[in-house]
This record gives sequence, structure tokens and C-alpha cells, in this order.
Amino acid sequence: MHRTGKKLAVIAGAFALTIGLASHSAGDPDENSLAIEGETIVTDVKAPADSPLEHLYSGWRFRASETQSLQTDDFENPGMVAVEQAIDQFAMVDGSEGKACADCHADVSDFKGLRPNLPRWDEAKSKPETLEHIINECRTERMGAKAWKWEAQEMLNMTALIGLQSRGMPVTVETGGPMASVWEKGKELYYTRVGQLDMSCAHCHENNYGKMIRADHLSQGHINGFPVYRLKWGGLGSIHRRFKGCMQNIRATPFKRGSDEFIALELYVASRGKGLSVEVPSVRN
Amino acid sequence: MKITRRKAMALGTAGALFAVFGSRINRAHASAEEIDAALKAFAEGAEIGEGQVSLTTPEIAENGNTVPISVEVDSPMTEDNHVKSVMVLADGNPNPEVITFNFTAASGVATAKTRIRLAKTQNVIAVAKMSDGSVHMAKNQVKVTIGGCGG
Amino acid sequence: MASKPRVKVPKKAKAGDIITIKTLISHKMESGQRKNKKGEKIPRKIINRFAATFNGTEVFSADIDPAVSANPYLEFRVKVNESGTFKFLWVDDDGSEYTTEKKITVG
Repeated sequence: MHRTGKKLAVIAGAFALTIGLASHSAGDPDENSLAIEGETIVTDVKAPADSPLEHLYSGWRFRASETQSLQTDDFENPGMVAVEQAIDQFAMVDGSEGKACADCHADVSDFKGLRPNLPRWDEAKSKPETLEHIINECRTERMGAKAWKWEAQEMLNMTALIGLQSRGMPVTVETGGPMASVWEKGKELYYTRVGQLDMSCAHCHENNYGKMIRADHLSQGHINGFPVYRLKWGGLGSIHRRFKGCMQNIRATPFKRGSDEFIALELYVASRGKGLSVEVPSVRN
Repeated sequence: MKITRRKAMALGTAGALFAVFGSRINRAHASAEEIDAALKAFAEGAEIGEGQVSLTTPEIAENGNTVPISVEVDSPMTEDNHVKSVMVLADGNPNPEVITFNFTAASGVATAKTRIRLAKTQNVIAVAKMSDGSVHMAKNQVKVTIGGCGG
Repeated sequence: MASKPRVKVPKKAKAGDIITIKTLISHKMESGQRKNKKGEKIPRKIINRFAATFNGTEVFSADIDPAVSANPYLEFRVKVNESGTFKFLWVDDDGSEYTTEKKITVG
């Protein structure tokens, strides 16, 4: 509930700066550990050998205790409302084939293990696919239903429900084979300065995580909790929505949701979080 | 004008304020008179005392869209002696009213939790009315950080 | 998306226990303060009242204003002396009412 005077000073300092990063180091991730409904969630892990980071921290560790507590109890997690809606959607017939998701997938828990490996290579289409693609492929090719938009409520509900099945499993996304070139492209985007502020992802999330950017505590920018319930949004949002928001903040022209650029960035950013637990649906500020 | 100035000042980000109350605000915040009037109407002539009410709020809210608050009022909660209601006000919002909890002797304990919207740093006020008509108040300041990152 | 209430009530309790009830309903809680892209005011549409009854008697209620967050969450206590049924009611500005029930066994 109560923050230390030191943290207050940091925040006051951050207010004093209109643009740029506060040079304090007092905002390191906290020491709290996360268990959801009795299940341990890995929120920090030694980074893999090839990582530019030494230690990985989930974004949860950078949040205030009030925000953290919203994720520790599935009843209090407002993102779980979307999951319940998705359970209804899963059983609902939609499209010309008269099928519901449940007609082919008897139990949604069959999707356990899918979320940690996304995005992945789609052999048939010879391109990378995200969870949104997988869901829409089912809808358009097997159900005869209309594709959902990337940020449609139905899509967010469903990505939350499917992601939840893997909660607690480590992110293990594949970066070799046909995904290697996608990963390289994502890496290049990650380190490329863009926008009027001339910043790359790395300036905030690699070089300055733990510090305050104005009134906000910078995380390492992992995506293991998406779709995320953001207090600011008052609802769930996709990984690509977050990317778009970041790009707007540095006054760049954002790529589109579902674009090749954001898919490549999704793969690269996912790979930076290998070993952290899937936390879907996470809660952030 | 407001929009332009804000945009120029902010790091390209729409703060919590925008999300809650849109990009323009009709009134900056509730007037002191409005708060007084709301308190007087609730107290129904009783003098408003301190104590007995404990209000828990974060010192700093990470986002003004969702600020967890809880109130607890010290009372035996019997038929003869219980808390009837607790009104919560926020003196820096466009309208001061937030929520009123109505308790009964069957509540056992007069406590409730919810999540509220705060447009900016301001005082949250909880005022409790007892079955004997007496009224007690607690007030906490909550600092609301605006300019959180990300769209 | 239709509003969907969620309620958490213990299944069992001892007579005289004071139990904790948690409720959450999915709702945008449009405050009436926001404007759309054309600058037109978005009309207020909120859940304005919540009530809980136990075996037909009201035990707790709340009068809700637009300053309550989206997906309104309420947590409160009730002293239970007998088995019975809780009924929960949320009232929308548009007149819609959302309800749900939970049973509790008191031994």
C-alpha cells in the first residue's frame, strides 16, 4: 500500500523531466513472487546465454503492489471476464459449416502448450503465424465464419482463453529453421531508431528498464502476459496494440496490427523472454 | 487549445485522464461548494465527526482508471447499533460522487471494497452514517500519476 | 458484449460466520464525460445500482456513480446464520437488469 519516500522522490524527479529518462537506479524490479491460484509463476529467470540481458524479469515485477495483486486471484483479475466470454464463444456455432470451436476441439485444454511457442512457422502457407492467424484460419477455412479483426473483443477473448491454457509454462519460441530470417528482421526492428524522438525499443527496454520514464516504471518489455488487461485501456489488448502504442509514444508512424514487421517483432520480443512463464491474461497499469 | 498544449507537454501519450474523461473536460473538478452540499445532504443535519471510519487507498495510484479503495467502519453491527451507509466522494473529479455503500445489521462487519476512477491527484473522502444518525468522516489524498507509457 | 456477472461466495459456512462476497460485472461504465472523435458527448451508460439479498432480505446494496471503474468490482461481508440463496442484482442506466444467484450451506 505505502511506497517508500525514496520511490516518491524518484517519481517527483521523473515529473521534473518533460522528456527523457530519469537517471535514477532506485527503481529496480521488486522482490515479490507471483502465485496465481496456488500455481507458481516464474517472474524472473537467468537470461539465456545469447541474451543481451543478464536476468529476465516479467513486467509484473515492475508494477505497484495494488496492480500486482489484481493478477494473483483469478476472481479479481478483470481479464478473466474475457476468458469467461470466450468459454461461451468456444461452444457457440458460427459460420456456414454449422460448427463451433468445440466440435473439433473437445476441450479447450487441448491448446495447452500452444501459446509458449508462438509465433511459429506455418508450413502450408510458408509464412509465420500468430495465435490470431491460427484462430482466424479455423474460422474462415473450417467454420465458414468471418475472420475476426485483430483487436476485436471476440479475438481478444479467445486469445486470452487459449493463452490461459499454458499459464505457468515457460516461453520456448522457435527461432531457428525457417523462422531464423523472421527473427533477424525482428531483431533489426528492435534496434532501429525511429520517430521524432529517434529511439529504438532497446533504449527503454534494454538499456533503461527499472528506471522511471516520467511517472512510469520501465519494464523489459516482455510479451509473456498478452493479451494483457491494462488499467489504462480498461480492457484487454493485443501485443500489436502495445507495439503500436510504443511507436506512437516515440512519435513514429506505427506499423499495422498483423503486419510482417509486427509479426517479426513479436517473434523477436517473445524470444527475449524465453524461460519466463506464460501469464495470460496478465494485468498491468 | 487544451489539446494542443497537452500534447506538446506530454511525451506523445494520452494519460489516464484522457482515457477516463476524454480529450476535453467540461469542468476541471468538483467545487468545494458541491462537496459541502453533498456532505450536508448526507449528514441530514448531524455534525460530521472524525474517527471510526478507516479508508484504505494507495498513496500513489499507478493509473487513475482503476484505483482500489476499501472502507471499514468500527461498529458492533447489531440491529440497534450499525452503520447504515458510507458515501465515497472524490474532490478532484468532474463530479464528486463515487459510490454509496448501504449496510445492514446482517453485514456483520461494515466493510466494502471497490475500484474507482480518479482524474488527478485529489482527496478521497469516506463519510459514514450510523443508525443513531451520527456521522463520521475520513479523508485520504491519492496521488495520481499521469503520463504512463504506451497507447 | 453482453454484461456478464461473476460472483464468488463460499459454498459452506458455520452459523454466525461473516463471509466475504466478491462480485464483478463486465461493463464499460461509460462516464458521460468523454467525447467521440467528432467532439460529440458520449452518453452516460453505467451500472447505477447493485443489491444483494439473502433469502429475500436485502443485506447490502450500493448506489453507483460514473467514477466507479469499468467492470465494476464490489467486495463486502455478510453474516450468515442459516443456509439459503443469495440473489445479486445489477441495474443498468438503460433499465436492463442483470441477476445471478448462489447457494450457501450453513452448518
